[in-house]
Amino acid sequence: MQYIEQLLFVIVLGVALCFFIKKIKQIRRNIFLGKDETINDQKAERWKVMAKVALGQSKMVVRPVAGFFHILIYIGFILINIEVLEILIDGVAGTHRSLSFLGSIYNTAIGFFEILAVLVFVACIVFLARRFIVRIPRFHSPEMKGWATKDATYILIIEIVLMVALLKMNAVDQLLQARGADHYIAAGSFPVSQYLTGFFSNYSTETLVVFERVFWWFHILGILFFLNYVPYSKHLHIFLAFPNTWYSRLSPAGEFQNMPEITNEVNMMLDPSKADPNMPPPEKFGVNDVTDLSWKNLLDAYSCTECGRCTSSCPANITGKKLSPRKIMMDTRDRAEELGKAKDNNGPDYHDGKSLHDLISQEELLACTTCNACVEACPININPVDIIFGMRQYQTLEKSAMPSEWAMMNSNIENNQAPWQFSPTDRANWSKEI
Amino acid sequence: MSEKISVPTVAELIAKGEKPDVLFWVGCAGSFDERAQKVTKAFVKILHHVGLKYAILGTEESCTGDPAKRAGNEFLFQMQAMANIATLNAYEISKIVTTCPHCFNTIKNEYPSLGGNYEVIHHTQLLQELIDEGKLTFGEEPFKGRKITYHDSCYLGRANGVYDAPRKILEALDAELVEMKRCRKNGLCCGAGGAQMFKDAEQGSKEINIERTEEAIDTGAEIISANCPFCTTMIRDGVKHAEKEDKVEVLDLAELVVQAKDL
Repeated sequence: MQYIEQLLFVIVLGVALCFFIKKIKQIRRNIFLGKDETINDQKAERWKVMAKVALGQSKMVVRPVAGFFHILIYIGFILINIEVLEILIDGVAGTHRSLSFLGSIYNTAIGFFEILAVLVFVACIVFLARRFIVRIPRFHSPEMKGWATKDATYILIIEIVLMVALLKMNAVDQLLQARGADHYIAAGSFPVSQYLTGFFSNYSTETLVVFERVFWWFHILGILFFLNYVPYSKHLHIFLAFPNTWYSRLSPAGEFQNMPEITNEVNMMLDPSKADPNMPPPEKFGVNDVTDLSWKNLLDAYSCTECGRCTSSCPANITGKKLSPRKIMMDTRDRAEELGKAKDNNGPDYHDGKSLHDLISQEELLACTTCNACVEACPININPVDIIFGMRQYQTLEKSAMPSEWAMMNSNIENNQAPWQFSPTDRANWSKEI
Repeated sequence: MSEKISVPTVAELIAKGEKPDVLFWVGCAGSFDERAQKVTKAFVKILHHVGLKYAILGTEESCTGDPAKRAGNEFLFQMQAMANIATLNAYEISKIVTTCPHCFNTIKNEYPSLGGNYEVIHHTQLLQELIDEGKLTFGEEPFKGRKITYHDSCYLGRANGVYDAPRKILEALDAELVEMKRCRKNGLCCGAGGAQMFKDAEQGSKEINIERTEEAIDTGAEIISANCPFCTTMIRDGVKHAEKEDKVEVLDLAELVVQAKDL
């Protein structure tokens, strides 16, 4: 019987890992639908940013309540996974509490995990309450309707269920340990689950063994399900926050990259000696689809947790405009997924003819003041402005689609060297009046 | 003080065989907009007062291209940038000060890769330097006890991380700085950036400048200080909308310095 259980475990684990790896490969492929961009300068600084922002959660705690409870879940997630390591060893080897040879360290750790499990449980309840009882506005923006809110809710419920399973498993285990049941060596300390033993103490040892196995399997199957759920959800940030902050933009937020293909065109007009005559004229200016974005923009999109801090600090959104930086990121990810699927079905060179502009309207793009509040607010340094700006360039340069006032402003700059219609010869008139 | 100041152009200095230590980049708003011209003049008075060897480009100055770039017209931006860089490089300009954070950001961050490398500072940074060096002193504590709030412009603040220089000026003026809740990194935009200054806002429930001005007025400050010609315009419009023009003034930090020194 025991060998069958071990074999079953190995099969389940293998299948779960295969599905996970397959999906991760697909996401990696989708991210690299974006254009090449080399980001490997200032390595020391990049490690520092990652350590501070992702590992140290420095931007999460800017909003202290959410920041505090998030840290509980974050620490809980990392540390309780040490216990998952033990579960994996036990599952494969057919042992029980295989790491218990660590003695008092082990006992302390198990006790600590139980306390963490309670804290994670509480934090998840608080997060559900913030969403559905306090109804914090940023969780109820138009883009949060449907899947986005369901996704967030599922994750919180899965985490709650997993924590309860862990504590129940320990409760039954300690009863079995106390009764000296075969195979259940005495190990661990149970500061929390000792209070749950009452639910199970009337059962026979044989029944308890069944309970213990059920909770054990439920816990590990839950974790493997969660592992495979994450890549389909906004929850991918638990992995991608780290690379995403490492590849953060380090230049001043106000610097908008100059397009080199245009520099060559301008040189040909102003100073042909500086231009490269062999550089072919660019096929397209600006961003029409995700393939025109940098891979970093797509990594941003896949890293987004849809917390909405960007949207809640966006001046356009605050004043009722249609623009929501979070929606920009969600649309970008949705479009990358859509194009990825189309390529899966029709081959890598296929393009479905759709565009990011099908999802993001000109009205949204035009409302951005490029103030960078969204970039500042993002706990993992996602940059929605970069995408908005690239898409604006496409509208202006490829479609000549812009408000008439901007067309006027452009022609004033061209003709009068100022965005208003003043004569350039009057530029220094002010200086005669001091 | 009513001393007549003549503002030298770089061309004039060069003709005399001289060179400016710092170029004052006036910007389009500072050159043409009536309200912003007052800031330009105030800043020139300060430059004159401390005896800095400065000059302007005069009619050789041209839009940096910032609004064209932010509106998506990269082509026009680069045309403007390269023409300006040609002028600046021909005059061998090495240091630039400007009263507009948009010009400041563009010349500082977006000109280098097109061949324009200069030390660029914002006028509030220069004012802070002058105060630190003791070249600009305030004896009479003219703003003592007066409540002043400060609005961080996006392109000086978040875009370039300059938060302290403007506040140090207020400190030197002995003003009582009352911060808005959304300040420094979390400062709220006035609504004009990203070329919004030159078009109507999209449909919404409120204008951004009104949202921001309400926050500034709520601090109880009698002066809203700013560092950007566009912010100044937007917030002044906000004050008008709130019908508080007789109670709340919107002033650039250079204007506060000039008031304090009675220049």
